[in-house]
Amino acid sequence: MFTLNALVQPDNLAETYQILSDKRNNTILGGCAFLKMGSKRIGTAIDLTNLKLDYIKEQEGFIEIGAMTSLRELETHKLFNEYFNGVLPKSVHNIIGVQFRNGVTVGASVYAKYGFSDLLTALLVLDTEVELYKSGRMSLVDFLNRPKEKDILVRLWIKKTDRQATYLSLRKSASDYAVLNVAVSKLGEQWTVAVGARPSKAAIAFSASAALAQGNLSVEEIEDAAQGASEELSFGTNMRGTADYRKALCRVLVKRGIMEVLQCKLK
Amino acid sequence: MQIKVTINNKLVTWDVEKDEFLADTLRSHGLLSVKKACETSCCGLCTVWLEDKPVLSCSILSLRIHGKKITTIEGVPKEAEEFARVLTAEGAEQCGFCSPGFIMNVLAMKNELVNPSEEEIIHYLTGNLCRCTGYMGQLRAVKTYLGVL
Repeated sequence: MFTLNALVQPDNLAETYQILSDKRNNTILGGCAFLKMGSKRIGTAIDLTNLKLDYIKEQEGFIEIGAMTSLRELETHKLFNEYFNGVLPKSVHNIIGVQFRNGVTVGASVYAKYGFSDLLTALLVLDTEVELYKSGRMSLVDFLNRPKEKDILVRLWIKKTDRQATYLSLRKSASDYAVLNVAVSKLGEQWTVAVGARPSKAAIAFSASAALAQGNLSVEEIEDAAQGASEELSFGTNMRGTADYRKALCRVLVKRGIMEVLQCKLK
Repeated sequence: MQIKVTINNKLVTWDVEKDEFLADTLRSHGLLSVKKACETSCCGLCTVWLEDKPVLSCSILSLRIHGKKITTIEGVPKEAEEFARVLTAEGAEQCGFCSPGFIMNVLAMKNELVNPSEEEIIHYLTGNLCRCTGYMGQLRAVKTYLGVL
């Protein structure tokens, strides 16, 4: 269990960032579900409740998601069931239970760059941008590749497109962490394949994605792309599976993902 | 530190520790229906409603509920008893340790979903573990209670 010396609920982002920067062990709280399983010693815990960041808004060309939006809101919101074949609700659908998803936040799931994250994998195949208080707006790919530094994830921006997408995972039991998860999307001739729970954080298989764009998508080419994805990404071993198992699984899930996207219809 | 919170429709002021979780706070004030078991946010035994939505009270810091509304099974006795009678009739009640959290989630589902399918019921209740019943009796009871047989 973590410990903390104080808890504050600032009213604006400038004050939040100031408190966050004051001491190394000052920490922003998300839903606390994962945090409570560790033994972190927090100086000042910062609760973002007063910043009113729990919202999903449709903007010109984008869908905006506040950092404190719960995974359950993401799962049940009409917009996300309309766009991208419901890939975002599908990705969070099996995370523990409804009560858990009512508590955990989108911001914490993304900012923490959890390796086991289901949401990150799905967000990667969409045109997702992250808005940080200090560092500004950047693509999710760039954010994931940056070294960790103190900042505040304020909101996500997802470009509204006709992107077709799907999400698949393999779990040992219904609400367990995924052994491996995969998301695939297609916009025009541009494909994106992302693989997560490797068990390191989700990543895009760039070569496999590019190969799909160039071929005519025969079964052989799809299998080659799936094989390519399993070879260009690295996999590790943990209690849920070995690296070899994950690599084999990657081929299967990526192939299925591509086939599913090919069958998707425009909304 | 002090929090003001509406518990089961009654406004109270409680002293809480800065790193105290809601389940502990509720139990320390006699709301013993709130059970603690897994400590990993996955069993659903500590389910209460926060602003009418089911949440895991073992994972919510008490300081964060200042000004909010919390409902435990003690706050919905009539509805809880009604469903508990169906649970018993369907043979879905054994040790009963998981029942308060389970009942709170079933009542939340009733408020949220209209005519849920069996698949939707199972999915909604995935976060409530029971080590006695094997779930089939519970599923029968829920379907009977919701009238979706």
